[in-house]
This record gives sequence, structure tokens and C-alpha cells, in this order.
Amino acid sequence: MPHDHHDHLSPSGHPYRQDNDGALTYWQTMEIAIRELMIEKGELTPAQIQEQIDAMDARSPANGAAVVARAWTDPDFKKRLLENGSDAAREMGFDIGPMHLVAVENTSDTHNLIVCTLCSCYPRNLLGLPPDWYKTREYRSRAVREPRAVLREFGVELPESTTLRVHDSTADMRYIVLPARPVGTENLNAEDLAKLVTRDSMIGTGLPKAP
Amino acid sequence: MTLSPGTKVRIKTMVPLGHIRTPHYLRGKTGVVERVLGPFKNPEQLAYMVPAPTRTLYRVRFEMGHIWPDAEAPQDTLDAEIYEHWIDQDAP
Repeated sequence: MPHDHHDHLSPSGHPYRQDNDGALTYWQTMEIAIRELMIEKGELTPAQIQEQIDAMDARSPANGAAVVARAWTDPDFKKRLLENGSDAAREMGFDIGPMHLVAVENTSDTHNLIVCTLCSCYPRNLLGLPPDWYKTREYRSRAVREPRAVLREFGVELPESTTLRVHDSTADMRYIVLPARPVGTENLNAEDLAKLVTRDSMIGTGLPKAP
Repeated sequence: MTLSPGTKVRIKTMVPLGHIRTPHYLRGKTGVVERVLGPFKNPEQLAYMVPAPTRTLYRVRFEMGHIWPDAEAPQDTLDAEIYEHWIDQDAP
């Protein structure tokens, strides 16, 4: 019983989270030293650094959802997205930097799942920061070893007749799943469709919401 | 020579130390070129900030039943990015 360990619980019954007030590591010290030097030498301003942090924090799965909704409503765009994901994302105004994007399409008989077994490669420009579970050893190993069992734990039961394609992002590509458009959405526009596109549906561990 | 999509390839079983992007679970396995991604700087040098030659990067598709003999659905697939120097050109 977790509640038996009173030493580790706050009065409200929640576990204490260890604070990070230990000594700085070598690399933390290095980062602070370089940052301060660059500011002192006029290479960067504190405002520019804050701007970059804000830009990174502003990226969210809404970016990816907009790309998916556009692909659902614009067949020519969908074709371009599947042919060259990087160019299609740029075309929608998403600065994807040096990243190479591959979009993989779920259909009536194919489901795609993304993992990075080596580290935590993730299309951050379109989906924001990866969820903590995406970076765990458990997800990274089990997604390639027993992907259907992992999907069941996420609530996705694939029929036997569906082919599951797992994509291990081992090098320079980043992947986004283009989920299948939910039935009963024929009358929705791209803006409303985007609201049905969840983060997990673009990783492949989930499906879009029903209208 | 660049390999065409559909070419059957085997991944080398070598175990060099360092920053390696070929996962262990695919070494020695046979798959099929899914697409050619083009030339990329070899991360095995790039990671150490020494001159990195470009290498052709491929997406190679493997069958789950081949990687894991007890796979739940052997026909499912796994795609990974593999650099040309990890492909065994002499494999049958």
C-alpha cells in the first residue's frame, strides 16, 4: 500500500517529489558559463534566449492536428504530405528546422506506431515536448517487442486483419502518424476536425476522438 | 551504388563501440529497402565532432515474425533507418 510509507507522504497523502537543490552538475555549470559569456560578449541578449525558450514551449500537438486536419480535407495536400512531410509542414508555416519529417498513414487495414528505441526522437516542432512515457525504457523496448500488447494498454485493440507497422526513429527522420479520418465527420471543416486529433493519435498509441 | 526499394538486405552483426544508430535487435536480421532517404552525415563521426563522411540512409522494413520468432502477429512490420555501411552487401 503506497499510503503505508508515511515518511514519503505529505499531510495530504501525496508523495513528496524530490527537490533539485543539489550541487550543479558539470554540464549545468558549463551551460551557465557559456550563456553568461555569450551575453557578456554581445553575441546574444537575455531577451533572445527567453524568446527561444518561449517558442519551444509554445509548440504543441495543435500544430500536428492542423496538419492532419488539412490532409483530411485537401487530397492534394495529403499527397504532398505523404511524399515529403518536411515540405508539407513548411508549406503550412511550421518551421521544422533541419528536421526531416515522414508522415505515415493509417488506413482501414494499416495502423502505424512511432517509437525511438535509442533515445527520445520526436517531431517536437509539430507535437511539442514528448510525454514522459515516450522516453521510458519500458515504452521504447516494448513498442518494438510486443507492440500490440502496448496498444491494448493504451486502449487500442487492433483486429487481427490489420497490419501494424512500427517505425523506429533511429536516425535523421522524425515521424508523425496521419490517423484515419473518423466516420461521421463528412460535414466538419478543417478547424473542427483538428479538435478531434489527439497527440496520441499522431504517435499511434491512440485514435482520433469521435465527433 | 544506391540500392533500390524492394532490395533484400541483411544488417551486419558487427558490434563497434561508440555512438551507433543501428539497434542491436536488428543486427544480423534481413529486411527489404522501403525507401531511399538520401545522403546524411555519418552520426558515428558527427557525434564526436570529427569530419563525418556522408552515407546513404535507407528505411529498411523487417517482418516482426523474423525479428521475434514468438511475435503475436508475425506479419506486422518494423521500419528503421539504416546507414549503408551497416548493410551487408555480401549477404545472400
